[in-house]
Amino acid sequence: MNKIKAFIDQRGLGSFLILAALILVVFPLAMDIFRLNLVGKYLTYGFVAIGLVMCWGYGGVLSLGQGVFFGLGGYAMAMFLKLEASDPISTKIQSTPGIPDFMDWNQLTALPLWWEPFKYLPFALVAVLLVPTLLAFVISFAMFKRRVGGVYFAIITQAVALIMTVLIIGQQGYTGGVNGITDLKTLLGWDIRTNSAKYILYFANALLLLGCIYFCLWVQKSKLGTLLLAMRDKEDRVRFSGYDVSMFKVFAFCLAAMLSAIGGAMFTLQVGFMSPSFVGIVPSIEMVIFAAVGGRMSLIGAVYGALLVNFGKTYFSESFPDLWLFLMASLFIGVVMAFPNGLAGVYTSHVKPWLARRKATQAKSQALAVPPADNPPPASPPPAKEAEVPGLIRAT
Amino acid sequence: MRDHASPKPRSTLRRHLMQGLVALPLIGLSAIGQAAPPATAVVNTTKLAVTDTEVTVGQLHSATGTMAISETGSIQAEQLAIDQINAMGGVLGRKIKVIKEDGASDWPTFAEKSKKLLINDRVAAVFGCWTSASRKAVLPIFEKENGMLYYPTFYEGLEQSKNVIYTGQEATQQILWGLDWVAKEKKAKTYFLVGSDYIWPRTSMKIARKHIESVAKLGKVVGEEYYPLGHTNFNSLINKIKVAKPDVIFIAVVGGSNVSFYKQLKAAGVTAAKQTLLTISVTEDEVLGIGGENMAGFYASMKYFQSLDNANNKAFVQAFKAKYGAKAVIGDVTQAAYLGPWLWKAAVEKAGSFDVDKVAAASVGIEFKGAPEGYVKVHPNHHLWSKTRIGQAQADGQFKVVAESPELIEPNPFPKGYQ
Repeated sequence: MNKIKAFIDQRGLGSFLILAALILVVFPLAMDIFRLNLVGKYLTYGFVAIGLVMCWGYGGVLSLGQGVFFGLGGYAMAMFLKLEASDPISTKIQSTPGIPDFMDWNQLTALPLWWEPFKYLPFALVAVLLVPTLLAFVISFAMFKRRVGGVYFAIITQAVALIMTVLIIGQQGYTGGVNGITDLKTLLGWDIRTNSAKYILYFANALLLLGCIYFCLWVQKSKLGTLLLAMRDKEDRVRFSGYDVSMFKVFAFCLAAMLSAIGGAMFTLQVGFMSPSFVGIVPSIEMVIFAAVGGRMSLIGAVYGALLVNFGKTYFSESFPDLWLFLMASLFIGVVMAFPNGLAGVYTSHVKPWLARRKATQAKSQALAVPPADNPPPASPPPAKEAEVPGLIRAT
Repeated sequence: MRDHASPKPRSTLRRHLMQGLVALPLIGLSAIGQAAPPATAVVNTTKLAVTDTEVTVGQLHSATGTMAISETGSIQAEQLAIDQINAMGGVLGRKIKVIKEDGASDWPTFAEKSKKLLINDRVAAVFGCWTSASRKAVLPIFEKENGMLYYPTFYEGLEQSKNVIYTGQEATQQILWGLDWVAKEKKAKTYFLVGSDYIWPRTSMKIARKHIESVAKLGKVVGEEYYPLGHTNFNSLINKIKVAKPDVIFIAVVGGSNVSFYKQLKAAGVTAAKQTLLTISVTEDEVLGIGGENMAGFYASMKYFQSLDNANNKAFVQAFKAKYGAKAVIGDVTQAAYLGPWLWKAAVEKAGSFDVDKVAAASVGIEFKGAPEGYVKVHPNHHLWSKTRIGQAQADGQFKVVAESPELIEPNPFPKGYQ
């Protein structure tokens, strides 16, 4: 037992396990399927938020265009699902049966060539992961190699978000335009709209998110994580130490893009459609707010941020349809003004010291109350005891 | 704040009856004079939110965001209809309670809120949506959860669902008669088509082109242009129009773009004195933003104008202004939204049940003689038979009705020969 505890403490896994328990046990028990499906949707934004922690909090690369990658991941998944839903029998009312309905409305008479491979799930899954990552690589490689960074890079990501929206809306015959890709029904014949499917997708999504968080924790603990932090704080020193700084930034940005894309694909599966309203500038900035509210240095905090902001959005808009935008704004302003480091910042600056103080006082009172005879003295050599005492004094 | 349709104590029954009698000529449906309301177990076999005294419905429009300006009229009209129905004693003896949700001009939010209304709140019907995109986002949910949606906007057609009643016109109803009128009255031979770049204008223009060039053989299309939503610079378009010299400009430009479009037309000297222009996207609501002086003399093809001269409409306009202020204007969609609750009430009463399947089945053939636009009837394809009218914009922001189709036009969401 102690061994496990030590392992958890050493790895900083305590809060990770609490989050896991919350989303895997507490939420499913406390909520009906409708609310749980909503939480599942919020958690897909959690992918974006942890991506932003890695690239903004750790790498110092602020991206205001994460919606692009979320959208690309989501669209890749939606294209596969749409093709499956557009078999010739269920689309026989169209002029050209067998192609997605929006293509028919836009007078397309054949499936465009680049849609063809999306008939195959493995291709779609690979596209979910690789297309956004490749785009992120191209953008960031071109920028960081030229040492364009900081605010300029953030502006460029915004421009990319705008371009992507215009492209998707403009090419409506190929993308569904403003409507997006709607009416998705099955995944390899499995109806994704039933309650049981929603449960399964929720848990798959939750486990995937926890897996991604664990991976990111591992990256943070590794030498790479340390380098990212060093680079964020003093880029030149890292460069002069002989490291290729730009490639680390590219890595952080691509990692964030890939995480967003996974979130997008899971979003499509759980919500049942994809539209350009996730791709533009506004949703991209909202995604940054998730990370900011949760705390941009904390992976776990960012997930709570995404949950809190979206839960607030749903709750306020359901309860106060006329006032909810003002309430959301007060939430953002309130959190950022009161806790500049987000919810995770509150934990580190207030809760953690308080816990430490409590622990110390408890330990002290225990040490005072327990008579020496009850200690396991034979095993513990006296020097260790001596070492403990000054520590206690310091702590009190 | 959730908007509850104010339930009144029982002691005011007499007043309700009086109000009901006053409203009777307005709605033309006899609903009062019913004995004790039927038992809840009978009228509600699918666990909808129906009690002995109350039935819950949902209202799902954008109260915030870019679409709020357009959808507010629909929200108001639906609320007015529901208040009037409640004043008459409700539906099957039950008062209508409204749960209002904000779609926030965001399609995913529409999807989320429609799920909430259908799954959590178990509402008997939903009045809502405005843009095609929002309808497309909620349609699979309504079909899956078996809900009932009353959709008020004129739209592109190519859709038909058991779970939706379309109270606005589909594209062929709105367009074909208007084009025939302009060809006949204005001797138009050449047409220039302009639209915002999304599904409704694209489909409408496709139908218009087929009608002009191959079905009715009215003449020739000399130009077809699309601009992104929110586009504000139409100078190049105006130059193209000046070069092409069409007899008619046929327009489906929506939203804020309209304001700059008509102002720039006027600035370039393209006015009604020299140019015939027919729009299918400007109602009284849009004229508020455009300014009547910029629109004056141009034509719009719609099923409803606020200036329609009939008793139903006068009562409707008066009630609307009494509730929302003398400056309120009523556009085509606002009127169509007003029909929703009335058609639902009639269908429920015909079915003798709130169950969605029964209401959907009973909806076919429902007649509503009290509609402000005049008599309408629900077609088996869940759209409405309705007339089409041509209004000429006036400087005061109203339209003068200059022509009206002699018969109700059959809705045809999947028009043969126009694909």
